Amino acid sequence: MSKKSKQPLLQNPGVVGVLASLLSIVIGLVLGFILLVILNPGASLDGMKAMMTTGFASMDKFGKVLYQAAPLMMCGLSVGFAFKTGLFNIGAPGQYTMGAFFALLCGIQFQMPWFVCLLASAIGGAIWGIFPGLFKAYFNVNEVITSIMFNWIGMYLVNLILANSPHMLASGWGASNSDRTAALSAANPGAILPKGPFAGLFGNSSWINIGIILSIIFALIVWVVLQKTTFGYELKACGLSRDAAQYAGINAKRNIVLSMVIAGALSGIGGGIYYLAGTGQYVIEKSILGMGFNGIPVALLASSNPVGTIFSALFISYIQVGGAAMQPAYSSETIDIVIAVIIYLAAFALLMRGVIAKAVSGRKEKGGAAK
Amino acid sequence: MMIAANIISLTVLFAVPLLLVALGGMFSEHSGVINIALEGMMIIGALFACFTLQAFDKSGFGPAHPQLAMLAAILVAGLTGMIFSFFLGFAAINLKADQTIGGTALNQFAPAFAVVMTWAIQGQGLTTIAIPSWVRITRDTFGLAPVDGPSFWNNLIFKYFYLTTPVAVVLFIAAYIVMYKTRFGLRLRACGEHPQAADSVGINVYKMRYAGVLISGFLGGIGGLAYTVAAGSGFNSDVGGYGFLALAVMIFGNWKPFPILASSVFFALFKVIAAYSSSLPFLPKFEGVKEISNFYQMLPYIVTMIVLIFTSKNSQAPKAEGIPYDKGSR
Amino acid sequence: MADNFVIEMLHITKEFPGIKANDDVTLQLRKGEIHALLGENGAGKSTLMSVLFGLYQPEKGVIKKNGKEVKIQNPNDANALGIGMVHQHFKLVECFTVLDNIILGVEDTRHGFLQKDAARKKVMQLSEKYGLKVDPDALVSDISVGMQQRVEILKMLYRDNEILIFDEPTAVLTPQEIDELMEIMRGFKAEGKSILFITHKLNEIMAVADRCTVLQKGRGIGTVDIANTTKEELSRMMVGRDVQFAVDKAPCKPGRTILEVNGLVVPSKVHKNNAVRGVSFEAKAGEIVCVAGIEGNGQTELIYGLTGLEKVTGGTIKLNGKDITNAPIRERSKDGMSHIPEDRHKHGLVLDYTVADNMVLQRYWQPEFQNHGFIKKGAVMDYAERLIKQYDVRSGQGPITIARSMSGGNQQKAIIAREVDKDPDLLVAVQPTRGLDVGAIEYIHKQIVAERDKGKAVLLVSLELDEVMNLSDRILVMYEGEIVGEFDPKTTTVEELGLYMAGAKKQGEAKA
Repeated sequence: MSKKSKQPLLQNPGVVGVLASLLSIVIGLVLGFILLVILNPGASLDGMKAMMTTGFASMDKFGKVLYQAAPLMMCGLSVGFAFKTGLFNIGAPGQYTMGAFFALLCGIQFQMPWFVCLLASAIGGAIWGIFPGLFKAYFNVNEVITSIMFNWIGMYLVNLILANSPHMLASGWGASNSDRTAALSAANPGAILPKGPFAGLFGNSSWINIGIILSIIFALIVWVVLQKTTFGYELKACGLSRDAAQYAGINAKRNIVLSMVIAGALSGIGGGIYYLAGTGQYVIEKSILGMGFNGIPVALLASSNPVGTIFSALFISYIQVGGAAMQPAYSSETIDIVIAVIIYLAAFALLMRGVIAKAVSGRKEKGGAAK
Repeated sequence: MMIAANIISLTVLFAVPLLLVALGGMFSEHSGVINIALEGMMIIGALFACFTLQAFDKSGFGPAHPQLAMLAAILVAGLTGMIFSFFLGFAAINLKADQTIGGTALNQFAPAFAVVMTWAIQGQGLTTIAIPSWVRITRDTFGLAPVDGPSFWNNLIFKYFYLTTPVAVVLFIAAYIVMYKTRFGLRLRACGEHPQAADSVGINVYKMRYAGVLISGFLGGIGGLAYTVAAGSGFNSDVGGYGFLALAVMIFGNWKPFPILASSVFFALFKVIAAYSSSLPFLPKFEGVKEISNFYQMLPYIVTMIVLIFTSKNSQAPKAEGIPYDKGSR
Repeated sequence: MADNFVIEMLHITKEFPGIKANDDVTLQLRKGEIHALLGENGAGKSTLMSVLFGLYQPEKGVIKKNGKEVKIQNPNDANALGIGMVHQHFKLVECFTVLDNIILGVEDTRHGFLQKDAARKKVMQLSEKYGLKVDPDALVSDISVGMQQRVEILKMLYRDNEILIFDEPTAVLTPQEIDELMEIMRGFKAEGKSILFITHKLNEIMAVADRCTVLQKGRGIGTVDIANTTKEELSRMMVGRDVQFAVDKAPCKPGRTILEVNGLVVPSKVHKNNAVRGVSFEAKAGEIVCVAGIEGNGQTELIYGLTGLEKVTGGTIKLNGKDITNAPIRERSKDGMSHIPEDRHKHGLVLDYTVADNMVLQRYWQPEFQNHGFIKKGAVMDYAERLIKQYDVRSGQGPITIARSMSGGNQQKAIIAREVDKDPDLLVAVQPTRGLDVGAIEYIHKQIVAERDKGKAVLLVSLELDEVMNLSDRILVMYEGEIVGEFDPKTTTVEELGLYMAGAKKQGEAKA
């Protein structure tokens, strides 16, 4: 291993990856600030301050950052895990929705405790992940197309079932509205995730619970599986070269399906964690939930590294909380623009890495042959 | 009979955006760039077109010359979609980025941008841009006298008639001719199939790919406006997933104009049936089931998946799509 | 000097990141000559021609046409100067017709619409004049490799090119087709066209070329008149030392039967017919059986069926007497089959894995390398170190080198190390020396013979007839999915093999 230490720090792909992500973030934030100035010059400084500092402004806000980071982290892990296997899991929103639905079904309809609900959410997500996997493995249908289709199918299916399950809806538990699921505090307090060690720390913050700890544990497990096991070796081999994996006797089809199932389960757990916090109710909507989509920038910023995902999820959650605090001067969607710019930049992460590598080597051979 | 007239005219109404956007996707993919950002391009096109219509409404030009104003709005939609698509081209062609991820970024950007712009221009919390009523083509447009009560032909033609429909017909014919009868089309397709071959006979692959992407932005933007007038409730910073549905239409249509036309009609029909399922007497009623429209909403997606199983083996997808072209590599 | 040079490339230098592909190379082409460009794989021949064709821009050096300096920025410029090229890997759009491929880039239009009638006429005339038979309306995906090459030649003629570059044109042809091509080239020469002919095959140069420029590791070694040189001298110039053409090997002592193939049928991915149609043969311990044939006659599919990469639809395969017809790939590997695949980048290596991870690609699941599903990193590293030393695999950072960053020869050595070290009973080697330099080729040939002498059965698939004749103990010729003849290399000739490879002859036809 002595050879490894000889490698200069700035040529280490991991370090360069982190630098590229940080560069994307900085550019994204600068463009975000320019946008604020254009839209409303007077409020721009306050807006930027709100975006950048709200997350740490109070324990309540920080609790909210952690609360939102947990499902983001799960969705980011899901997208990143599939990436490692060479699949683009744009189906995280559908799997997330299914996970949420299964969790709520167990919690409200069947009055199960929270850990059973969480397990159910994993199953729900896994079921929705298996379809793109099967289609890809056995019919060679691009997983992006299947995932998009199943996002819509999943949403309509959940809406259809919920509309016909009076026991699931808020109106079945004493509230008046029938467009959303029952509040867990009314229907089954036992299904709400416990606060665990955070019980006293965040005062009365209703947001915080053990979800964030679970997510970090999942991130570490995913890292171990990918880096240290034969299963991870096989999955990555399939992702890097499906033909070489087949040649090596690895069942590429089985691995593609398994990878999508696991990715689906991770997204599903994300849905479970979010709705089992007890603060949100699933609203019967006509558009796909954004949380799953936000797993994509989380994974990209982390270069699909599970440990990196922990930090990128915290960051995205942090600026989202900040973005919400920019109202009413700016709409909270402003932050989505910043995130979109960051993904756009991360899409050519390779180029960014090239720029960094060139900057580093350029410094070394100053005065070297000009092109 | 009246129901048939309504269904047919509604189907045409909703097929128009699907057709335009899927044709856009076809141009982009035949040049070798996967365009998953069609949804975003629709939103941007619709956003600026709706602002244009609103401005015409306020200035009085719109009510005075409704179809001229609409034509201008259509051009605005196309041009802004095109400008937006430039970002996909830049990422995919110049920077050789992952096309799917770049497209996803644009899809995230567009609705957020639309909301922010709508707020900025209309004021806080006003998230809907209303479509002026003069946009629709009526008997009056042709100087015809109004008819009393519903009539089959009147409903068929004039109930949901917008300028986007004839424009789509013209663009469809143009798309077919450009793709198969011109030098440009031949070269474009060569770039999507075998860019090295195109390069070796002196075709500028980068330029052709930009052309493909920009055309898709143009058609996508107009498609966004066509969707918005069809949806009828004003512009709410989204196009109901029609950009993604158009991708399915394009694949279903095997990347070819006439099959794409057929599949856009097919998908539109399902959408119409879903939206009007409660008022269509010939559909099964599923007694006791609430919100059955969700079921019909799902159907086109499910049908697409089943069809994909059978067609994926003989897919006519351009061979080099999604692969950045690098002049240096052999 | 009244030399009438039509093209001069003077002191050309072209660099790629980390490598000088052309280093101060000079090449002068006379009008009306056939000028060969000789060099090993990786010597920089294709790069030099790409510079001439405008695909690359050189860092240094000038190009002159008829004594005047010219800039060639892209293929359009080259075309305007009358330079045309038949690329080694054909640049044809498969789903276009022959005619569309020929006119692509120089289409006639009226009011923006394509006009193909005049083009069709001209193509038919050229086709007749030079005996280049093609069907203008056939899709390229439906025509044979030979016809595809004729389309490429017609592309140049259609553009009225006077300077014709042929990049390794004979690799895909039978000996008889090669003779026809030489005839066509002589015809062009007689008309005053100038030809640049890139190859690494000495016989072809001796047969057709007037002069020859030799490249070695990116440098120009010199230009010689063919009339005043010999094959030996050319090969010395190419490699930089004497080359042993023949492979040293002891007589073959076949032992027990290792592999038994009976009536094997494998479907084709490209067309509706079967790619392999009832093939039967066997391979014994201690012999090298070679499958010869022109590319695309079912060899690839035969190996895919044999190794399990593709499902077979008929027949049986037995390895050491055990039926493995439908066994999974892992099972075949455990039963003693090793496979050096045709495409080392596609199948042979996970290019973005390290050398160490690639070395255990067939064995990572064995108890030696894993414990309850956790990979023993130390054991993997030690094993990789040993193979790297034993098989002389050169890599920048040892076992942690990413496979993609290694040279082709070392990648192939790594694959051979992995497959041979498994100690198989049957070694399947498909074009193991394709694209490698002479040193690596010699090494690999020695390894294959050594395996045979250790008593393994070796099944070799090769498109190079020299390799077939030198290495094998028994030759099977494959044509259109069938084995059409079996030969002893000591008693047959390249010409005889060629007739069978082209389908002109078939053994035992009278019986059928």
